[in-house]
Amino acid sequence: MIEASLQRNEVRGRWQAVCRREDLVPNSGVVAWVSNIQVALFYLKGEEGDQLFAVQNHDPLAQANVIGRGIVGHLGGNLVIASPLYKQHYRLEDGSCLEYPEQKLRVWPVRLQGDVVEVGVE
Amino acid sequence: MNTSTPDVQTLVVIGNGMVGHHCVEQLVERGALGRYRIEVFSEEPLRAYDRVHLSEYFAGRDAESLALGEASLYLTPGVTLHLGVPVLEIDRERREVITANGSLAYDKLVLATGSYPFVPPIEGAEGDSRLVYRTLADLDTIRAAAAQARRGVVVGGGLLGLEAANALKSLGLDAHVVEFAPRLMPVQLDDQGGQALKARIEALGVGVHLSKATQSISSGAEYRYRMNFAGEDFLETDLIVFSAGIRPQDALARQCGLELGARGGVAIDGQCLTSDADIFAIGECAAWNGSIFGLVAPGYQMARSVAAQLCGEDADPFIGADMSTKLKLLGVDVGSIGDAQGALPGARSYRFIDEASSSYRRLVVSADGKQALGAVLVGDNSYYDTLLQYVQNGIKLPADPASLILPAGEGAPALGADALPATATVCSCHNVSKGAICSAIDSGCTDVAGVKACTRAASGCGGCAALLKQVVEHELSARGVAVDKSLCEHFAYTRQELYALVRVEGIETFEEVLAKHGRGHVGCEICKPAIGSILASCWNRPIQDPWLVPLQDTNDTFMANMQKNGTYSVVPRIPGGEITPEGLIAIGEVAKKYRLYTKITGGQRIDLFGAQLHELPDIWGELIAAGFETGHAYGKSTRTVKSCVGSTWCRYGVQDSVKMALDIENRYKGLRSPHKLKFAVSGCTRECAEAQSKDVGVIATEKGWNLYVCGNGGMRPRHAELFATDLDDETLIRYIDRFLMFYIRTADKLQRTSVWRESLEGGLDYLKAVIIDDSLGLAEELEAQMQLVVDRYECEWANAIQDPEKLKRFRTFVNDGRGDPDIRFIDERGQRRPLRADEAGLISLVEEVV
Repeated sequence: MIEASLQRNEVRGRWQAVCRREDLVPNSGVVAWVSNIQVALFYLKGEEGDQLFAVQNHDPLAQANVIGRGIVGHLGGNLVIASPLYKQHYRLEDGSCLEYPEQKLRVWPVRLQGDVVEVGVE
Repeated sequence: MNTSTPDVQTLVVIGNGMVGHHCVEQLVERGALGRYRIEVFSEEPLRAYDRVHLSEYFAGRDAESLALGEASLYLTPGVTLHLGVPVLEIDRERREVITANGSLAYDKLVLATGSYPFVPPIEGAEGDSRLVYRTLADLDTIRAAAAQARRGVVVGGGLLGLEAANALKSLGLDAHVVEFAPRLMPVQLDDQGGQALKARIEALGVGVHLSKATQSISSGAEYRYRMNFAGEDFLETDLIVFSAGIRPQDALARQCGLELGARGGVAIDGQCLTSDADIFAIGECAAWNGSIFGLVAPGYQMARSVAAQLCGEDADPFIGADMSTKLKLLGVDVGSIGDAQGALPGARSYRFIDEASSSYRRLVVSADGKQALGAVLVGDNSYYDTLLQYVQNGIKLPADPASLILPAGEGAPALGADALPATATVCSCHNVSKGAICSAIDSGCTDVAGVKACTRAASGCGGCAALLKQVVEHELSARGVAVDKSLCEHFAYTRQELYALVRVEGIETFEEVLAKHGRGHVGCEICKPAIGSILASCWNRPIQDPWLVPLQDTNDTFMANMQKNGTYSVVPRIPGGEITPEGLIAIGEVAKKYRLYTKITGGQRIDLFGAQLHELPDIWGELIAAGFETGHAYGKSTRTVKSCVGSTWCRYGVQDSVKMALDIENRYKGLRSPHKLKFAVSGCTRECAEAQSKDVGVIATEKGWNLYVCGNGGMRPRHAELFATDLDDETLIRYIDRFLMFYIRTADKLQRTSVWRESLEGGLDYLKAVIIDDSLGLAEELEAQMQLVVDRYECEWANAIQDPEKLKRFRTFVNDGRGDPDIRFIDERGQRRPLRADEAGLISLVEEVV
């Protein structure tokens, strides 16, 4: 019959190069302008290797484009970003908000190809 | 076509609105996938979204952020979501649903088709004069129509109508509301409540037209359409949104012959079962006892009940629902509880009316005056939680019930958490009682977050968050649970203990503290800045050094204060408030060039607001060239030393307070501490510098300086206490060195000197013994620590702008030179200020006209 049209984790579109590895700030965030959308990139260097996350820069509660300037943390098993304005926590993995489950940040696939940072866009 | 194993049945859920989605969530949570394959059909092309906050779509929230729950729910094996696939028919005999894409056999069926907006049959109502406000697609249509419109009218002054009017206003239209009844929100409010709401809404610039029935719509003269009311009366507009109530979406039920309610809707019993034993109906398409429930909480209640039954659990019967509501409409608080209009026999009312501010409160009580039956609130919902508890739980009213709605000096009287019975509902979205919260605590939850995760309380509309916190804290202390002093989940130490470890072991990085004394390898926004501050207090290394950057809160990271719209404020240091005309001109020129809002602060400095991230280095480059340094306004650090002009200019001054203020500010200007520090020096006892409200206050005497400590302004002001008298310059500085370092060493995270002082065992005498008499033998060490910080002082901005690597951090976008296009300003009193969300449309309108 009919297939569900939700396949968030797969990239159906293409990978777009947005910046270089040296533009990232280890264990913190920067913001990139990707096809008219502000995307916050977080670059974590840890024991299990480097991790990259791309989430929406717009803070839905504060209504300002600031998520990329928050502090990265680890809470109850989740890697999170704390909004710098009102301190809500969003999971880097899927953008869900720990305090307000109905709030969610958009997330994008992101990867390093050599030293180039690529975001999966639709 | 059904290839599943015979013991797995097919459950079809029709509708993926808030209620349908909640039902699927509950089914999965309760283990339904062991019995059923769940097929969900949605007419809309989007996964379930939060319709309660629909209006925020106009304020900038996108569809994705309005989506409910995890998308992964519908990727769970056994659950399939068919988006944009309406069910056309139900064949009850063959037990099949028929869609445009084919048919599917079901064993059990749940109807969650919701409702549709009612548009009265009015001649001429079509096109842009026949818009509705229900789905995201509707909102897109309204947005498109608004682009060519100047004025918009909403027909219907109920909850949703006012929301729609707000939306039109936020789109920049001249917004009006037309209501058939003689008052706004006729169902929830009484006459006076309606009047107060009307006054408030009109004050916001939304036109309100009551007792008006639209007879027909024709072409307008000045605007596109003309709405003709009875008689000669009319109103012209470019677009019309109908919000005149909802009707249950019961077309499928009609088609397949299910029994309907007297006024429409699929008739259900207490088990939410329709006249067909295999079909349930929940939410706004269902009629229980002839009534439709147009709120999300009763819908959720039905969804839970059906999910439980399908999983073979016992479910409480649905016996109607509380229709109390609390809202913020166009920024106006409105609350309606229980029998708001005093319709029950013998009901009596207390009313409070404040015409000056258009506030209105009504409390409806029983004939004997012992029970609260209902309430109406307009203008201030701080009374809502308490009144709701009185009504819902039949709590006995106080001797003077009026006290519950009368303004009290300190806001609404709170009902203590201990007064609530265990049956009291705290969270009505997820039906969580006080008893359930107590059980969660008994089974090991030790904080609000834990209780929230365990019971889901306060995770629906969030309106009960304050009450939940009260209940949890009360119950924890009642159980004698000692407050956990751990800094956070990564460190089982207090700030003081960590400070000692850092000093004793000479640790200079967060990673080392974490590896030696913490857990995990990331930390969080509690421990990172706290340890960043400890490292700075101890070693005073440049804050922009790469290993320190990830520890800082945004203000410290970018060495400026983040304001509400994501811009930063810049505060150059002006030691002692002394500034040359050249300095003033330089600041003025920078402010003018970058169009910064300029304000003189209470601490004798100049704040420059509204700079974007990428502008900060240029702004600071120019300020530094003009001789300024960073003012550390962003840090938990030394802020200002306020002074009067002292003996230099003042005919009363007895010492040179400006010189002393400069010395103090220059000595401590790089010092980081648990809380921000403010100082003042007055040249005589007239105290023009207000030194007794500061962490460290100095007042000149004929013989020297009197030192005061541990005062503060802020929310809980505290006078500083006289610590030592008639000190010479050198002794004064020595005592301040010791005092500050002792505070930094022993205070808690973010603890002011005043609060630290209150917690000091032995009080002021103890402090004097340590600082003046050196009772702990620490004096020399404290002075040496201070000297290290003083010697390592460096202007943080001067350091940053010399280093291209550090400057890279100050880019709004790493791959694009532009600024944030969403930051917009409006002029007010000759300067720029941030544009408010509700002004966003107004500006574009002005720009168009100009």
